[in-house]
Amino acid sequence: MFKILKYSFYDLMRSKWSYFYFLFYLLLGFLLLFLNNDVSKGIITLLNIVVVLVPLIGTIFGIMYFYNAREFTTLLLAQPIKRSHIFLGQFLGVGGSLTLCLVLGLGIPFVLYGLLRSGAIWDFSLLLVVGACLTLIFTALAFNVALGNTNRIKGFGYAVLLWLFLAIVYDGLFLLSLLIFEEYPLDTYALIGSMANPIDLSRILILLKLDISVLLGYTGAVFKSFFGTSKGLIIALIILVLWIVIPVRLMVWQGNKKDF
Amino acid sequence: MIQISNLHKSFKKNHVLKGIDLDIDKGGIYAILGPNGSGKTTMIKSILGMIVPSEGQLKVDGEDIAKKFAYRQKLNYLPQIADFPGNIKVSELIRMIIDLREQTADHEPLLDTFGLRLYLDQKLSTLSGGSAQKVNLVLTFMFDNPIYILDEPTTGLDPNALIRFKELLKRERDKGKTILITTHIMSFVEEVADEIIYLLEGRIGFKGSLDALLELHKAEDIEHAIAQMAKTMVDV
Repeated sequence: MFKILKYSFYDLMRSKWSYFYFLFYLLLGFLLLFLNNDVSKGIITLLNIVVVLVPLIGTIFGIMYFYNAREFTTLLLAQPIKRSHIFLGQFLGVGGSLTLCLVLGLGIPFVLYGLLRSGAIWDFSLLLVVGACLTLIFTALAFNVALGNTNRIKGFGYAVLLWLFLAIVYDGLFLLSLLIFEEYPLDTYALIGSMANPIDLSRILILLKLDISVLLGYTGAVFKSFFGTSKGLIIALIILVLWIVIPVRLMVWQGNKKDF
Repeated sequence: MIQISNLHKSFKKNHVLKGIDLDIDKGGIYAILGPNGSGKTTMIKSILGMIVPSEGQLKVDGEDIAKKFAYRQKLNYLPQIADFPGNIKVSELIRMIIDLREQTADHEPLLDTFGLRLYLDQKLSTLSGGSAQKVNLVLTFMFDNPIYILDEPTTGLDPNALIRFKELLKRERDKGKTILITTHIMSFVEEVADEIIYLLEGRIGFKGSLDALLELHKAEDIEHAIAQMAKTMVDV
């Protein structure tokens, strides 16, 4: 598995898209700090960008890589290598290089701006952890979509729709349902609803850590009152990890029964 | 070596293999023939584990291969079209496959045989179809394993390379290797094949030597015998 990871990683490190992604974050980091002129404020602005853009980039990169590596995958399948290792290796290669771009791209400007001497270091670290989780989640989801669709155009379309749904449409529908059923007790429903979407969950997770009640919104407030800040943080993080594990298992299962 | 019993494979509603029984127990060159869509590639990909059978059992060296992968150490496979990642160099691809298989490889003489030394630093996407097929051959024949599975190996080869390839095949056969080849070129079959396996609509229509095939259909050459066979089998 590590050999496959190594080759996928090398392959991506040679692609100009990885550098594009890295430079994009580098620029974003510097720009935000330049505009806010404050590390803590920069993190809040960054949060809103990270929870929407990181999933999009994970989705697009994941689906593009999988389809582009199709020849490589068929070549590997004829070798004495376990099937699950092929897909896990490729997944970790993509997820790993994207995470590296994210951490370095955002890390460099913040460190240069005096992050290490400020109190925001843990908030920032958590933001990067959440960013890494979102990258892995959406790469795994994209791999699943790609495994289920041989047609590239369809696969690409479904993957982007999935991102659109989780990043934008879901919130609207969720809010609408809360409004319609406002006469009923909705605490548990709101709790489950926010856990069922990794993007919402990530937003709540960071806001809990930053302890900014104004920005928490209804679901976040429920989360906080239900679990309290520190327990809420841990539970949100565990569910976020489950959001990685389940799609990855599904990916391995799909890969094992697919014909090439 | 290879035992296939009651192998079925359907792709959604398309029933491609309809009960294949095949026993290959000794070395030699086996030509797998049949019209387009008769299931040749599906059958060899099943042996490789790239396609998961709907029903039936496959054994390599007496071991059931379902969900296994280590048995592929004994198999060298040449895919149909040169299906390679385009953005790496020829030399890198060779090194990578050796690294992944963890077997000793002897690719140097093969590079000379097919005149590929000049291309080592080129990316695979820039190679012509014939050159890519030569790279394909090097990757397949550089490992010394008992079973070779070749899917249309002659595609795109120039006459010179074809002669070298046939010599290579005969040399490997004389070492006692089992070689499965799918092809549509009958003159090639006549020249190299020891046994013929004929597939039609997902079933095995004939298995035996070339002489037995000619005898059976009272034909003077293999092309006519095959045409005759396709006709009679459809009539039945």
